[in-house]
Amino acid sequence: MTAAAQRSATVLRAARPASMRRDRRRALFWSYVFLIIFVIFFLTPPIYMLITSLKTSAEISAATNPWWVFAPTLQNYIELLTSPVYLTFFRNSAVVSVLVVVISMLVSIPAAFSLSRMRFWGSTTLATGVFLTYLIPDTLLFIPLFKIFAFLHDLTGIEFINHWWVLIIIYPTLTIPFCTWIMIGYFSSIPKELDEAALMDGAGYMQTLIMIFIPVALPGIIAATIFAFTVSWAQFLYPLAFTTSADQLVLPVGIVTTLIKGDVFNWGQIMTGALLGAAPPLVIYAFLMDYYIAGLTAGATKG
Amino acid sequence: MKKLLRRKSTIAFAMALPLLVIIASLVIYPAFYSIYLATLNKSMEHFVGLGNFGFLFTRETFWMVVKQSVIFAVSAVFFKALIGFFVAHFVHNVPTKGQRKWRGMLLVPWVIPPAMSTLAWLWLFDPSYSAFNWIFEGIGLHGVNWLGEPYWARFAVILVNVWFGAPFFMIMYLAALKSVPEQLYEAASIDGANWWQKLWFITLPMMRNIIAITALFSLIVTFANFDIVRVLTNGGPVDQTHVFATWAFRVGIESNDIPLGACVSLFMFPILAIAAIFILRDISRRGNEA
Repeated sequence: MTAAAQRSATVLRAARPASMRRDRRRALFWSYVFLIIFVIFFLTPPIYMLITSLKTSAEISAATNPWWVFAPTLQNYIELLTSPVYLTFFRNSAVVSVLVVVISMLVSIPAAFSLSRMRFWGSTTLATGVFLTYLIPDTLLFIPLFKIFAFLHDLTGIEFINHWWVLIIIYPTLTIPFCTWIMIGYFSSIPKELDEAALMDGAGYMQTLIMIFIPVALPGIIAATIFAFTVSWAQFLYPLAFTTSADQLVLPVGIVTTLIKGDVFNWGQIMTGALLGAAPPLVIYAFLMDYYIAGLTAGATKG
Repeated sequence: MKKLLRRKSTIAFAMALPLLVIIASLVIYPAFYSIYLATLNKSMEHFVGLGNFGFLFTRETFWMVVKQSVIFAVSAVFFKALIGFFVAHFVHNVPTKGQRKWRGMLLVPWVIPPAMSTLAWLWLFDPSYSAFNWIFEGIGLHGVNWLGEPYWARFAVILVNVWFGAPFFMIMYLAALKSVPEQLYEAASIDGANWWQKLWFITLPMMRNIIAITALFSLIVTFANFDIVRVLTNGGPVDQTHVFATWAFRVGIESNDIPLGACVSLFMFPILAIAAIFILRDISRRGNEA
């Protein structure tokens, strides 16, 4: 904005009639009212999780005010965090998610560099194609994958079904297309002169990528990492279809299938487990909100 | 040979190769393989052509699933877009320094893994201890059998899906709102436009692209939704809330009829194809503008 335009804008603001200011105040008031209503709607389930997790089974079944804790206890947390089954779920989830993040980054960063900068035959079509594969949902692929793993078992003798590590093979299909897409967007915004200068100085392509692109596009890499981690942490269908034994389950499936036993629902413990399972993504979100949102909006704004 | 290895395009191809291998072997190949699977008989021994499809068309449950999937996806996306749009406006209206805080709280449903948050909803809807019914009864209304009656169960799965997805729309629309130049509104105010006219003639046209692409994305994801329905109702009562994904899981994995399950999941393909065409058109149009 030029100085003149800025001045005229201030003049305009000063010249606003009183009715307009009153309108603004009323709009502000109603905005707050509705924001509070929606925040209540959006936060009710997590808060209710917390409330229930602090109750004993006796208090839950006593059917008192469900929205209040009369005798808060950390019993549920202690029980779960010392239960080997739950800790196994947690470990499986953590190992799978971290490894999937590493694989996704190792694959998608060089691919994005090559697709956005090095242009080879068919590279633009390929970039679009990568994005389209992101749209093929897991719910379409789990049945053929199930059959393919059975077939590979017959062929090689390696059992894929009911092993947690099979998830490390499948999850990258969910993360890599979108991570590559985010990285293509970030890499394209880096001025061409930068890598041309590096190449001129005798740097190889790998050096250019590692010494220049990765540091410059670090915010994009963080956003992609967060995306990959949250997707792998939350994935529910593949582990439900491919793993069944209690020691092979990851957190979401573990909580849904093992804490719910027949008709006896120990809700205090289920809610505790769910809340602890939701904690890692929530903590990441709390500390890296801007990167989280950058990754979220990258798909539509850059696509 | 050495020369070929040093060529730029060869290096570029090598760097993209892992991506291509993973996508080709674990996405493209299974996608086509499921088409082949859908043409086999239950024991996967011989080819039955379109026999599975013919069988599905005669089953009442299948048509129920089709209907429910469409109702579920369309109404959930509609309400997500509507709520997202208005909430984005409310956030945009409040002073800038407070926006971060509101945005932070409003995005929480999207951050919690859906399988986890749906458990909280399951507990809120519990037949005997429903916390909602406690409030209803407190103000003199009858409690609702949330997940036991077909209509309420359908309402519940849509509600949870809207709750989970609306924050995503909110974030998208908020980003779009921020990119609308303030001067347009100032000019409109001077010309005497009211808020409705500003919304209709400035905000909506400026946000058209984002609205369309977000709705399209969400339609794909919602159409293929699995987690929420699976955890909340598992298709019940009496298959009334099954969508394609959960029914495909029931038929394909739990009842061990892989070809029929593949067949069911293939019905998610048309919507994908339509979406892909729109997105491709959008990308190529942007390419031409650039």
